Amino acid sequence: MARDAKKMSAPAKSAKAEKPAAKPFKALVTHSDELPLEKELLLSMHDTMVKARVLEERLIAMYKTGHGYFWIGGPGEEAFNVPLGLLIKKGMGPAYDYLHFHYRQSATLLAMGEEPLGALRQMKNTALDPYSGGRNFAGHFSKKEWNLVPVSSPIEVQYGMAPGTALVQKRFGGDGISIVTGGDAGTAEGDFASCLVWSSRKGQELPVLIIVTNNRWGISTPFDQVQGVEKISDRGVAFGMKTKTIDGNDPISAYLELKEAFEYVRTERKPYLVEAHVSRLYGHSSASGANFATHETDCIAQFEAKLEKAGYLTKKQAQAIRDRYTEQLAELANQVKEEPFPDGSTIWDHVFHGEPGRDPFAS
Amino acid sequence: MANMAQAVRMALHYAEKNLGVTDIFGEDVGAPLGGVFTCTQGLETTWNSPLDERGIISTAMGIALAGGRPVAEIQFCDYIYNTIDLLKLAGNTHWASNGQWNLPMVVMTPVGSGIRGSIYHSHSFDASATHIPGWKIVMPSTPRDAYGLLLSACKETNPVMFLIPKALMRVRGQELIPGEPAEDKALSKMIDAPLGDRSKWKAQWPALEDASIPLGQAKTVRVGSQVTVVSYGRTLPMCTAAAEKLAGEGLDAEVIDLRTLWPYDWAAIKASIEKTGRVLFVNEDTEVTNFGEHLVRRTVDELFFKLLAPPKLVAGKFVPGIGLADPLEAASVPQPHDIEAAIRALANTQP
Repeated sequence: MARDAKKMSAPAKSAKAEKPAAKPFKALVTHSDELPLEKELLLSMHDTMVKARVLEERLIAMYKTGHGYFWIGGPGEEAFNVPLGLLIKKGMGPAYDYLHFHYRQSATLLAMGEEPLGALRQMKNTALDPYSGGRNFAGHFSKKEWNLVPVSSPIEVQYGMAPGTALVQKRFGGDGISIVTGGDAGTAEGDFASCLVWSSRKGQELPVLIIVTNNRWGISTPFDQVQGVEKISDRGVAFGMKTKTIDGNDPISAYLELKEAFEYVRTERKPYLVEAHVSRLYGHSSASGANFATHETDCIAQFEAKLEKAGYLTKKQAQAIRDRYTEQLAELANQVKEEPFPDGSTIWDHVFHGEPGRDPFAS
Repeated sequence: MANMAQAVRMALHYAEKNLGVTDIFGEDVGAPLGGVFTCTQGLETTWNSPLDERGIISTAMGIALAGGRPVAEIQFCDYIYNTIDLLKLAGNTHWASNGQWNLPMVVMTPVGSGIRGSIYHSHSFDASATHIPGWKIVMPSTPRDAYGLLLSACKETNPVMFLIPKALMRVRGQELIPGEPAEDKALSKMIDAPLGDRSKWKAQWPALEDASIPLGQAKTVRVGSQVTVVSYGRTLPMCTAAAEKLAGEGLDAEVIDLRTLWPYDWAAIKASIEKTGRVLFVNEDTEVTNFGEHLVRRTVDELFFKLLAPPKLVAGKFVPGIGLADPLEAASVPQPHDIEAAIRALANTQP
């Protein structure tokens, strides 16, 4: 546990660094000393950000020690994903928000109140994995009670589905909206264009909060090598929708900007495209090593400096939070390591809804 | 008697009024056209979508996820291929979420040759569709079956692919759909949109009934004793005609209309093969990794010692397209003489 805590505080010393992105972000980074949110909210966001980071680092550790086949997740996006989770109207059915997420959203779930145990179980693909029963990769969440539709590996398909849930919500009334998230690379897929087209038809606009978290990478390919658009949010302008590019590494800015976007979509029942600049702190996935990227902004370190300067949090307190979560997650991971895998005979379960699972060719 | 386009339309009317169907949509599905084959004229929940097949399928998935009941149309199955990963996703959503989510959605699309549709309006989709687990696959050959099967599809809580043989779209049925007027012209006057300005037109729907036909049940169209012929869709009436013709020569073939490709009625196929010892599978999709090949495999696996002759498959030629010129199309998909020849050959094979 002590070793883990040390790794959290100085990960760059022991990890192989990723090469820097071709073109770093500029101009958007907010360094304001003003803290326009309540201290309690700021500390709560910081706490969840750390918890999410520790969770992802525990998942990576599980992968690296043979307790999982593949890791993918969102360390580095906590400053954006935590405020996102706090603003979601959580519940089941069209009165609540539908969530069409990609696989970097664990911090959002934790901010919504999810326990981290399920993510560990999915990493270990145990029978008790609450999202897929050991069938899917880490970070591929699904939770019907919260309208979280199954996260899937194909890039961008979620963007095509969001207008469908939003259409039902607009017809239903109320203020539930559909929220879709994905990365910058995936915006090259046609499904991103489908989302823009289907959610912005004149007179039939749909309440979709379209989010692109832009880390300027697509696995190993820099964004500027494969797309010419300067700001991804500009693509929404052509469809007459409100758009904004924001600093997703600053939780205060992210919270305020998202709040405005949420309120617009909830009340106007029209789409809003948010592009958030974020970091990718452990690479694309375990396929690229899952090592700490030293050249990227660490939103937690940046936020802690701000909180310290404001007198809200000391270094010692911040370290204590990390240590506490590190210990908790390590204990939970040890518990999960002992849990059984799903039985092979269960492959026939849930092929069809409402029907018992069976091998159609069994005599 | 209704034709298949009218039968589909009446089923959708019944479904939007009684079965909770919320959205019937696709390219040109709404007013004024009501579908390029007129299948969606006069309905209340229809709307025109952007020309975007991926958007159509994924929006249907979204509607289903949020509790709606969509019926989405892909105008020709030739244009469904760019949605194949979405179809896979729809098929695995229930399984991947370990039973949390299910998708009550119907995708209907016209399939097959027979309207001189050349390379991109003649494809079949049954071979590809049956490669995607998690879907129920339906393909009627008569208006009555189209009506009954579509009602069952609209009651399903799983994704259903409803394949409509476009060459049969205008063929009148021989069996009344419960509620439809017996007189052809009377039905047309009630539910076919007029030419010209349709802005004030409203369909006058007959008093239709829930005459649904369960998915997964085949129909024995002709009882016979010497050869079993299993088909579906456009080639089914060809098989029936071949069997009738050969009956005049003293050859007695049994014809089974599979109607649902997944889950399919193996019990019906098996019972018939055990009776005749000879079986021919017929469809017009390309013959390599064809659904009929699966049926041949299962026949060999399970019924080998009941067989009096090797099982046969008559299917479309494995070429990249169906050419426009008559001789090209005729050479590409099964023709009546191909089916007759195959039945004769089976009947004449002795162990």
